[in-house]
Amino acid sequence: MTERELKIKSIEYRKKLLSCIKRANAGHTGGDLSCIDILNVLYNRVLRVAPQTFDDAGRDRYVQSKGHSVEALYVVLADKGFFPESDLETLCRCRSHYVGHPTRKVRGIEQNTGALGHGLAFSVGAALAGRMDGASYKVYTLLGDGELAEGSNWESLLTAAHYRLDNLVAIVDRNTLQITGCTEDVCALEPLRDKFEAFGWAVRTVDGHDVTTLTEVLRAAPFAAGQPSMVIARTVKGKGISFMENVAKWHHGVPSDLQYEQAQQELDRLLQQVGA
Amino acid sequence: MANLDVFCETLLALARKDRNVLAVTSDSRGSGKLAPFAAALPGQIVEVGIAEQNLVGIAAGLASAGKIVYAVSPASFLTARALEQIKNDVCYSDRPVTLVGISAGVSYGALGSTHHSTHDLAALRAIENITIILPADNVETAAAVRAAAALEHPVYLRFGKRPLPHLHPPETQFQVGRALTVRQGADVAFIATGETVHPALAAACELEKGGLSSRVISMHTVKPLDVATLMQAANECRALITVEEHSLCGGLGEACAAVLLQAGMRLPFRIVGFPDEYMVTGSQAEIFEHYGISAHGLAQTAQTLLDTRGRR
Repeated sequence: MTERELKIKSIEYRKKLLSCIKRANAGHTGGDLSCIDILNVLYNRVLRVAPQTFDDAGRDRYVQSKGHSVEALYVVLADKGFFPESDLETLCRCRSHYVGHPTRKVRGIEQNTGALGHGLAFSVGAALAGRMDGASYKVYTLLGDGELAEGSNWESLLTAAHYRLDNLVAIVDRNTLQITGCTEDVCALEPLRDKFEAFGWAVRTVDGHDVTTLTEVLRAAPFAAGQPSMVIARTVKGKGISFMENVAKWHHGVPSDLQYEQAQQELDRLLQQVGA
Repeated sequence: MANLDVFCETLLALARKDRNVLAVTSDSRGSGKLAPFAAALPGQIVEVGIAEQNLVGIAAGLASAGKIVYAVSPASFLTARALEQIKNDVCYSDRPVTLVGISAGVSYGALGSTHHSTHDLAALRAIENITIILPADNVETAAAVRAAAALEHPVYLRFGKRPLPHLHPPETQFQVGRALTVRQGADVAFIATGETVHPALAAACELEKGGLSSRVISMHTVKPLDVATLMQAANECRALITVEEHSLCGGLGEACAAVLLQAGMRLPFRIVGFPDEYMVTGSQAEIFEHYGISAHGLAQTAQTLLDTRGRR
């Protein structure tokens, strides 16, 4: 996939996830938009996993610890052929498996998540098993930044470094906003990079919307032999939609009809700009 | 021997045969008597530090990659500190982890309530997709450790650390979800679980001296409950007493009561366990004695129940 195609994907994914959220009248819009470029790069450039290989023991694993951004994940998985895109019409409907947080009932989902502070420990376990078996797969997990206040993450950060899990890559969607407001006002995380480094991780900071750099960085992991890799992806909550960007209330806001139209038009203009 | 020692022996034997069998510990290899396991198979023990949430999450991740995982930690910490990990990472996600709650109930005695697990059956019974087993003796323990892995779904295995006499011959057929009748009788039935089967059996011996016959059942699997054995006891005995090393709230007793009531059964019935109060401390035996989980206490409960029935 070319850079241009990858950029087009990012915009198309945004259009689709907004459409899903609008139809379901539910979703975590802001965080979906902040992490969609990361998911785009993971599934189209980095992960060695496909619908046909999802049951293989040697597949790469992706665990979405920030489970609330599930619409972004569903859209990418549907695009990769894990399930028909029409399934997403049932999002959040009664008896649908496409619920508001990931579950293994949906093909392509590695682990049920949603409660925060769970994905990293699970990923440490999966990475450790790979190490024991001499397997070559890597485990990738995406954490929210607000989620880092959950103490369980820091337990797992210790363990990953202790076992020198260089087959583990954690990515923080550092959009700096959580439901109440700025992470630094709610419970300050900075200096985040220093904290991760002090915990024994090899850290890279990257523009989380620059698919070219994201590709380079994610493909470069492990960043240091014998150390787990941490990517702090600087992102914008609500990225791509002018009135949603950096506004905390879009954490789980659903656009009105008018807002929805405006958002789609903005994305259409972006598509034109990249020449789609 | 203590059930704990049997657990370790059995796990070591399993792990020697299959390198995928792992013990995961949270600085609990000492209290879990897993030091010999660690010495024999250092590559099959995973230490995560004093971090129970991490323990359970990592166990789920290991299980997702084909490992046969026994996550070992004191029951009090395992089932309270890591309850959300048990609920989501293991049960909801259906990861075949065996959660091993050691030094369970009031095994820690005078160390106090921080170290007691008198809530765990209630908490875990309300979580979908977990089998709960409380082996009563060494035979049940060895069988339960082997059976847990074979279930390929979440299991909670709970036992104490006190050396226990055998209740069953070694050739006993142990089946998850099928209670074992330790003694037949028709006046009163004791439906007990875990270590409390022993005082129930002692009470039966005491009652026998007074001419009363007692049935003693080891309801080792609290979930799913062996409804058939329970109903048979309710139909064939004059009174029924449940016994557990657990709060009166939400444990074996309430599980049995729900079955009996909904089946329309009416018989003298008592739940013996720990009342909803600030608990006394002392040795496990002293706590048992205080709350009537003893030969004398249980015999007295039975006599009172049967007398009540006689007066009606």
